This record gives sequence, C-alpha cells and structure tokens, in this order.
Amino acid sequence: MAEVLVYVDHVDGAVRKPTLELLTLARRIGEPVAVALGAGAENTAATLAEHGAVKVLTHDASEYADYLVVPKVDALQAAVEAVSPAAVLVPSSAEGKEVAARLALRIGSGIITDAVDLEAGDEGPVATQSVFAASFTTKSRVSTGTPVITVKPNSAAVEAAPAAGAVEALAVTFSAQATGTKVTGRTARESTGRPELTEAAIVVSGGRGVNGAENFAIIEALADSLGAAVGASRAAVDAGWYPHTNQVGQTGKSVSPQLYIANGISGAIQHRAGMQTSKTIVAVNKDAEAPIFDLVDYGVVGDLFDVVPQLTEEIKTRKG
Amino acid sequence: MSLRIVVTVKYVPDATGDRHFADDLTVDRDDVDGLLSELDEYAVEQALQISENSDDDVEITVLTVGPEDAKDALRKALSMGADKAIHVEDDDLHGTDVIGTSLVLAKAIEKAGYDLVISGMASTDGTAGVVPALLAERLGVPQVTLLSEVSVEDGTVKGRRDGDAASEQLEAALPAVVSVTDQSGEARYPSFKGIMAAKKKPVESWDLSDLDIEAEQVGLEGSWTAVDVANERPARTAGTIVKDEGEGGKQLAEYLASQKFI
Repeated sequence: MAEVLVYVDHVDGAVRKPTLELLTLARRIGEPVAVALGAGAENTAATLAEHGAVKVLTHDASEYADYLVVPKVDALQAAVEAVSPAAVLVPSSAEGKEVAARLALRIGSGIITDAVDLEAGDEGPVATQSVFAASFTTKSRVSTGTPVITVKPNSAAVEAAPAAGAVEALAVTFSAQATGTKVTGRTARESTGRPELTEAAIVVSGGRGVNGAENFAIIEALADSLGAAVGASRAAVDAGWYPHTNQVGQTGKSVSPQLYIANGISGAIQHRAGMQTSKTIVAVNKDAEAPIFDLVDYGVVGDLFDVVPQLTEEIKTRKG
Repeated sequence: MSLRIVVTVKYVPDATGDRHFADDLTVDRDDVDGLLSELDEYAVEQALQISENSDDDVEITVLTVGPEDAKDALRKALSMGADKAIHVEDDDLHGTDVIGTSLVLAKAIEKAGYDLVISGMASTDGTAGVVPALLAERLGVPQVTLLSEVSVEDGTVKGRRDGDAASEQLEAALPAVVSVTDQSGEARYPSFKGIMAAKKKPVESWDLSDLDIEAEQVGLEGSWTAVDVANERPARTAGTIVKDEGEGGKQLAEYLASQKFI
C-alpha cells in the first residue's frame, strides 16, 4: 500500500488534535508515515502509533526553533525523497500552509490548501474545499507531482487505529536558505485554559454588541459553562476588546465547530466566511434584521446582557 | 542608498457581491465588481510607512497580475501614494493556480528590480495565503511573513509575527519577502490630491513574452491542480427564531439540550 506523509504539529512532543485528524484521512488513501521535527519529536511516537502511523520519522535540530519555516521544508523534502509518498498531508495552520507551499514548489507538485475533506479517487486524492465564504463547495485534485494537501482542523473525526509507529531517524541537510529568517525572540501566549479556537468543538463569540472589553466576561462565562473556546468578531477586535488571536472571520481564523454561538454579531460576509461551515449555528442579537439570523438553526432576538447570563445559569443548573 | 519596494496586489471580486464560478470552474469575474483586495491595502500602507520613516530614497512599485480591469487595483494603490505600477496581463493567464501565479510574480519582480517585496497575508478570494512563501522560495530570499509590525533599517527587515502559541520577533537581511496582516496598521484613504496625482503616474504593461514565460507554464493547462466540481452550497434551511420575552436564555438552553450540547 502507498505511503502517505503526515506532517506532525506538536508542542514539545504533545501532538495537536488536527494532526490526529490527518492520520484518519491519510488512512483513506494509504499508510500514514508521520514526520515529527524539533524538540520532543520522539515523544510523539506513541500517540501517533495509536492513531495509525506505521512509521514516525523524527529529527531534532536547533534550526527548527531558531529560524522560520525553511528548515521544516528541508526536512519534509528529505522525507519525501526517503519515502516517495502518494501524498503529503499538512495541517492548515498559517505555518503549515507556508511549509506545504514551499515543499510543493520544490518537488514540482501542485498544492491544495484548506481542504475540509479528503477521499481516494481514480486520479489520486480528491480534496473538498469550502470557498467564497462557504457559499460554494469544490472538489479538486493535484494533477502534477505528489499531491501536497493542507487540511483544516475539524475535517475528520479522530479515530484510534493502532499501528507499529516505528521511530526512524530522518537524515536532513539544511539548505542555504534555512537560516535566512532568524527568530530573535519568542513570547509564549498565556494559556487561558480554554480549548484552542480552531480545534474547539464549541465556539462562543462576541461582537460589536458586547460593547466593551469588560463585558467579554459574560461571553467567557458562557464559554466556560460549555467547555468552549472564545471567539470575537473583527469589530470587537478592532475596538481592542479582545485579542486578535481570537478573531473569527476572513482576516482572522476560520472555525468549523459542532456548535457556534454568535452573540451581538450582525453577521457581515467577512465574519460569515470564518464560521459558516459550523454544524449548528445559534445567535443572540437585539436586531431582528441582522443577517446572522439567515444562517441560524436557532436564534434569539433579544439583549445579550439579559439572554446570555440566563443561558449560562441554565446550563450550569442543567449540568448540576 | 536607495530602497526599491515592490508591493504585490490582487484585484478580487467584491466579497459582498454574488461570487460564483464560470463554466470552466474558474472564478467568474464578469458578473461581480472587482476591487483592490482589502488585505493588500495593508501591504501598500506598510510600504508607504517604511518610505516615510526612511532616510533613504525609496521607490514603491505596485505589481498585479490580472485582467484589464485589474488596473483599478493599481490606480487605488497609486492614489494611496505608490510611485509606479506594473500590470501583467495576458489572455493565457486565465485560470492560473497559486504555483503559476507565483512564477509570474517572481519573474516580474526580478525584472522590475527589488530590495523588498511586500504582500498582504492572503487574497480575499482564494484565501490560500501561500503566495508570499512561494515568492520567497522562487526568489531564493528570506520570507518574513504574517507580520503585525514591520520596520526596515540598515538593510535589515524586522517584524513581529503573532502565532497561536507565541509571538515571534523575526529578522532578515534584504532582499526579502514580507507579508503583513490586518493588524499591521489601518490603511490610509487616498486623498483628492493623491487621486489626481495617480492619473499621471506610470503604469507599465507586460505580457508573458516580456517575462520569458511560455503559455504552457500558466493558465488552466499549466496548473498543477484541477478543479473538477464546484457546487453552490444549499442555503441553510430557516431556523427557529424566538423573541426574548424574559425567557430567551432558558429557551436557548432547552434547544441546546435537545441537540445534546448540554
């Protein structure tokens, strides 16, 4: 069976959920071979094996942390040369897409970004994408070279599928470009204890209607009652009420959770671009004419300052 | 010293319009108005700020690849304050994918001459966000991408990249490719004077032969990817809307419970 390379997104050996989703998708088109780079790479093996990786190629060097993107491209290129895979799958993070694009160009292959589903086809893997603010769904394939495909979080269910997960050292020679962009400083983001926005099963968002940074506490309380991530519309972020890293929309993050709760968000096209593929959409807004109500499965026309705290209390009561 | 900045911009269908596909599954540009991609305005703005903060002689060239109407995007950038523009236009470019687009842009950038390339973080139509990285790979220069802050001094570009897990400070020697996010700074509106001045600024037109690119390398034929199906997503069926009469939160909780979210 053909091997499929899966690029592993991990933090010091802890594998992030989108990578496990990729292993599920990879099994539809071949045998997953994982590539884990940097500090803690070897510690990823057990988790990757549990989810179907037949092999885990690892390499650690200070270059991965000290320089931007290119060292990872060099390593992935070495993995492609070592394995001759049927496809390369990479999580659709900002960096993942950059790594995938440069790799594709180097190995003379086409690239598809932000796939939301993947299946085997007669002419190679077929990727589903959601385009034009999720108003269209396309099916595409790579017609030249080894398909390089980046896949968005929440595109597949994580499934356990025990496999050998044999660790092998990957031999990497860094290119002249590898040290071109130096990382001269790094400030870790303070953890909120909440799930990561793009990976969360439930997202609770606030917009212009939240009307102030301090009022985001109401949104956070609702999120916490559901174990959800907190999102914000561009209006709320531009007003300085919530960090840009939590922005949902065309210029922020695109999310596709099981449940999306929009509070005080009118639903401009730019916001819809980032959340329209959510499975269930719920909104609370004072304005009955807000376009968000065209999208919802359930909407409440009302003041979020009344509705949201009541909802939070009710959830807490029901959860006991 | 002088600093040559090339800003790559894209002419995109207006996101508030009714965007759809043409029969050949490329983006239909005829039925919806186009404009300068909003995210590229931030790139133009940062080029102007680098110029304003520099003691060097800075020349800003805006570059686009696209149909005749794409000149509108160049005019907008010129009216914001860019010095000159290059329009790469060729019938054979129709349907070019990101790999092909990066080839055309890279050849044009090399022909124009550059010390710094600045792009937006992504186009607002394709939204792939990979062209800046592809340009760096093709040009063989450092990529300093997704910056929310950028500065250039003494032949070095510095910037801040805000990722999910950390905020990183980056640094590279010129020449380099930079991309900036919508957090890099509000883009200015063209002044009346700027709009008038833009009409007199030079716009060069190049085609594939000017860039030594063969027709087979670009367009639908030259793409390394193929779109086989494009379907409009079925409109969401109308949901339940209730008016809050004091019990809205409880009603919503009841709905969430019925859907097994609680």
